[in-house]
Amino acid sequence: MSDIPGSAKPAIAHGMRLQWEPAQEAHVLLYPEGMVRLNSSAGAILSRCDGVRTLTDIVTDLERTYSVAGLGDDVTAFVALALDKHWLELRE
Amino acid sequence: MSSATPVGHGLAAPNAQVGMSQAPRSASAPGPPLWLLLELTYRCPLHCVFCYNPTDFANTGPELGTGDWIRVLRQARALGAVQLGLSGGEPLAREDLEPIVAQAHTLGYYINLITSGIGMTEARIRALKVAGLDHIQLSFQDSTRELNDFLSSTRTFELKSKVAGLIRQHGYPMVLNVVLHRLNIDHVGEILEMAEALGAQYVELANTQYYGWAWLNREHLLPSRAQLERAEATTRRFRERVGTRMQIYFVVPDYFETRPKACMSGLGSVFLGIAPDGTALPCHAARMLPGLQLPNVRESDIRAIWYDSPAFNRFRGEAWMKEPCRSCPERARDFGGCRCQAYLLTGDADNADPVCDLSPHHHRVTEAVARAEQAAAAAAGGVREQALVFRDHRISIAVVPGDPVRR
Repeated sequence: MSDIPGSAKPAIAHGMRLQWEPAQEAHVLLYPEGMVRLNSSAGAILSRCDGVRTLTDIVTDLERTYSVAGLGDDVTAFVALALDKHWLELRE
Repeated sequence: MSSATPVGHGLAAPNAQVGMSQAPRSASAPGPPLWLLLELTYRCPLHCVFCYNPTDFANTGPELGTGDWIRVLRQARALGAVQLGLSGGEPLAREDLEPIVAQAHTLGYYINLITSGIGMTEARIRALKVAGLDHIQLSFQDSTRELNDFLSSTRTFELKSKVAGLIRQHGYPMVLNVVLHRLNIDHVGEILEMAEALGAQYVELANTQYYGWAWLNREHLLPSRAQLERAEATTRRFRERVGTRMQIYFVVPDYFETRPKACMSGLGSVFLGIAPDGTALPCHAARMLPGLQLPNVRESDIRAIWYDSPAFNRFRGEAWMKEPCRSCPERARDFGGCRCQAYLLTGDADNADPVCDLSPHHHRVTEAVARAEQAAAAAAGGVREQALVFRDHRISIAVVPGDPVRR
């Protein structure tokens, strides 16, 4: 899990779309004939995965936004899970 | 459901819920129609023997116009609809498909085109891409040209291969759907090889569901248990070879199961279908259900249809259930199964889906399987009692429950 380098740039995978759905009060990931509803933390992480920011940038941004330290492991674990499920892909 | 470890103050554990089903809700407070399916037309150049379209489709009213469809899209999106299926019939038969897609994209739908590929050209796929189409699901009848053309009663295999190429070139994920039945299930290995050659990323091997034209042809189409087991074994071996490069979904025919499918995640839960004539459907086949006064988008808006109409409330909650469902601990998982199947096989849509072996009517499913095995053996011996019925507007007739081959 923790073998994703901090310099990796995660992005929403090709063919998937992340959007905010007011009716569900949640971010959702949309893909062919399916949907993943994200809780607020998962939404906060994936909405920062733009293929430009590095994993380190994303952790720093989340820690600042939510005024907490030590999010690195949890964010990395979720990014690993999302990569495994092909929700995310890594950009160079 | 999947979750990672807790994140601490102010940020809960990241968590994601997969699938279109929603948290259980009471009948009085249904969630939004997350999955909207527009059956844009019943017109189709193919004549597939397993089509789920109503067998009396030629007797339905005129197709909605572009403005009607766009009104439906706006109203459903306002309620929270987000996954959009465009099907039919063959949706490419609609010349206004591109403006419908463009409007849906602007509204924020994820748009799936479910097509046989007939009518797809370089110009159209380019226009659909520009309009914002997200995904194309291409159906194949079989891996060989002979059977593909026979089962759909056309010569289309080469055209489909060409369309598969267009789909890839335009950067769409390659999603193939092949409907399986007795006449092609033994070709599952060749079908998967064809899918691999076409660069498919997802393949859905969908065993026929027996509604509409497939119901008429059930005795010809139901595979034997031995065929099914061989096909599953072949699929398993193929999966081991290709790994994650190709994802294969094998949808088992429910006649061979002992618990019913959670049809539509419960009627009136997430799915809203609109038929070509504007009839609003709580499931694809709901037109057949007796006494269900299906509303029409020409007369009512989507909010009233979804939340207030008797038809969409008819099977919400559990009050409609009979025994053994009513007291069954599994009722919240499968909602009693498929209402249409209950009606077709028992004559009463409130009964348990007879696929369930707790249903007193389960023998109607096992008998159908046994009859089909006998028919297969007879056909192999050169005896064929009934001809396959190809989907055709000239022989479009109503289906009655009971014997699927009643004439």
